[in-house]
Amino acid sequence: MSREMTGAQMVLQALADQGVDHIFGYPGGAVLPIYDELAQQDRLKHILVRHEQGAVHAAEGYARSTGKVGVVLVTSGPGATNAVTGLTDALMDSIPIVCITGQVPTHLIGNDAFQECDTVGITRPCTKHNYLVKDVNALSRVLHEAFYVARTGRPGPVVVDIPKDIQFARGEYTGLTNSQHKSYNPRVKGDERAVAQAIELMAKAKRPLFYTGGGIINSGPLASARLRELVRMTGFPITSTLMGLGAFPASDPQWLGMLGMHGTYEANNAMHDCDLMICIGARFDDRITGRIDAFSPGSTKIHVDIDRSSINKNVKVDLPIVGDCAHVLEQMIDAWKAKKPKLDRAALKVWWAEIDRWRARNCLSYRKRDDVIMPQYAIERLYALTRGHDVYITTEVGQHQMWAAQFFKFEEPNRWMTSGGLGTMGYGLPSAVGVQVAHPDSLVIDIAGEASVLMTMQEMSTAAQYDLPIKIFIINNEYMGMVRQWQELLHGGRYSHSYTAALPDFVKLAEAYQGVGIRAEKPSELDDAIREMIRVKKPVIFDCRVDKHANCFPMIPSGEAHNHMLMGDDVTGEDIEKAITEEGKVMV
Amino acid sequence: MAQPGSAYPLEKKEQRPETHTMTVLVDNEPGVLARVIGLFAGRGYNIESLTVSETEHEAHLSRITVVTSGPPMVIEQIQHQLERLIPVHAVTDLTVKGNPLERELAMIKVAGKGEKRVEALRLAEAFRADVIDSSTGHFIFQVTGEQSKIEEFIALMQPLGLVEVARTGLAAISRGPERM
Repeated sequence: MSREMTGAQMVLQALADQGVDHIFGYPGGAVLPIYDELAQQDRLKHILVRHEQGAVHAAEGYARSTGKVGVVLVTSGPGATNAVTGLTDALMDSIPIVCITGQVPTHLIGNDAFQECDTVGITRPCTKHNYLVKDVNALSRVLHEAFYVARTGRPGPVVVDIPKDIQFARGEYTGLTNSQHKSYNPRVKGDERAVAQAIELMAKAKRPLFYTGGGIINSGPLASARLRELVRMTGFPITSTLMGLGAFPASDPQWLGMLGMHGTYEANNAMHDCDLMICIGARFDDRITGRIDAFSPGSTKIHVDIDRSSINKNVKVDLPIVGDCAHVLEQMIDAWKAKKPKLDRAALKVWWAEIDRWRARNCLSYRKRDDVIMPQYAIERLYALTRGHDVYITTEVGQHQMWAAQFFKFEEPNRWMTSGGLGTMGYGLPSAVGVQVAHPDSLVIDIAGEASVLMTMQEMSTAAQYDLPIKIFIINNEYMGMVRQWQELLHGGRYSHSYTAALPDFVKLAEAYQGVGIRAEKPSELDDAIREMIRVKKPVIFDCRVDKHANCFPMIPSGEAHNHMLMGDDVTGEDIEKAITEEGKVMV
Repeated sequence: MAQPGSAYPLEKKEQRPETHTMTVLVDNEPGVLARVIGLFAGRGYNIESLTVSETEHEAHLSRITVVTSGPPMVIEQIQHQLERLIPVHAVTDLTVKGNPLERELAMIKVAGKGEKRVEALRLAEAFRADVIDSSTGHFIFQVTGEQSKIEEFIALMQPLGLVEVARTGLAAISRGPERM
């Protein structure tokens, strides 16, 4: 079906045909024709953010919590450049985003026109693909292709740059077609022979381990369901990266917790000592592997990934399987059922006994205190008191993020939104906005740090405008905690510029944004304050004043192997307190 | 004082670099070359030679021939990273396929008089280089062949009045009847 309409109308029509309900954006000169069309309809809801970075993070939160493509609409020049951090974040974490940017009219491109920038040039390395549309008759095809590219294969952000004259121009609109893309056709099914080999290896394994990641989440709920089936069928232990939390239930006895730099003792030791590693939808990131030449030295490695370039990038694997997690997991389940393998029960029993010894180390233990709230305690209480609610968690980046990953237990996929690859401070608040837009009746909490959250604080205003009752739970220690932790461990405790000396009053700030501010300073106040936060049906900033010097353990220091972890109880609180001088605190 | 450290592993992997010739079949659309070159620059891969031209006009397909070098794991990465680009139809590592035909064309301007001029012309004949422009004071030779032959010819012209050289970069194709 093709119809004549303007470019701006095509944008709205394409979004409708793609089933888009919400877009996050900010108007400006070069997108006004599209905004004019937006005003003349009410099917598509537009969420006006306060900064374009916030628009992309909100779309990421929306996408990650729904499995749909997040859509962003911004103007040319600064609108596009402000979106770059969000686009890069989405690229690193494989989040499907379509970002429509306005551009100066075609005849002005290259003239250094007002609010002109080379959007496709700037966003080329931070998108999965991008387009500059110079012909209105190509616009509908490009928009539909953008959605296809964003959501298929390894998902990612796609930019469509539309010059203003193209938005005004009239042309033919073509709806969705089933035509195959001429060069981009990602493979979803794994090679059957490789799957059979994988099952062989799994049947013989004495110390097997599943190592899973964000690919399972991206693949969809079916992948999580099949992962659970396969893991339970085999009885093997499983760990996951930060991005993969929730794919396998944290309450399951086979779950070892997160692995990596701040992963659990049991997960990291199991990675180091396993004889068969079954990696599904993870990418051997440097936060996971630690020292690469000492990474899991004795294991045979199977790697399932939809992106061929993720295989053998950091770690050489023995059996690569290229395909979508959900499909390959189904193939593995079928092959396992068909083969009915006889497992080496005796060896597996020894392996589990070893794991139980590591578990007994109780690596996440910390010293509770009556006088100050320990950050770990704050998250434990937040977790306990939110049971029975429909909870979605987003985070900023830093210590609080790692504590959230360690102490908040996820049972389901798509409940955990965090900036893993890029590590974008300021991700959590706008992301929570996006999650709340998608799930208006759910409890959406941004576990935040006071430094991170100030980077995108303006989005509180967005939350107020759309009555989004997001909860910003700030683990406030007045430091950029992770920076300080590294300075402590690696730079002789010289706290160069990691202390924020003039923080705002977060309670008053919440009120200024037409929200509610709550503060807790003592462990005895914490539970009631959290209950109050949950009860309030408005945006809340919760200023949780925590121990200023707590550090995040366990930890694999850089350049170390998985079995050389630094444990929390190796470093006493007194040592760290002594290490911090008054001078250090005010070093700004 | 505590030892300064890094949040990243700093050790370097020691692997011997290899030189590979790859051909990349792409849609001939605006920006496609920037995508390919940007990938090499952004990820720190080497480009030793690069040629590009539309080879199938009706399908609007261009063929890029790139000579790159790196350790085996990096070479494998380059191929798969190229394959990830949306307008890329196919990537072939011709070096892995084995013994590809590799040719380059060079135009070489030599100025001089007398004995040197005669010697240049004599060598050009030996290298089967064509004279494509000349005056009483100069020749422009066109020489085609493997890169080693061109290098050799340029070296010989050096003392004979070499002025400048234009080279196309390498074009390569696999042997036998099959398509890439």
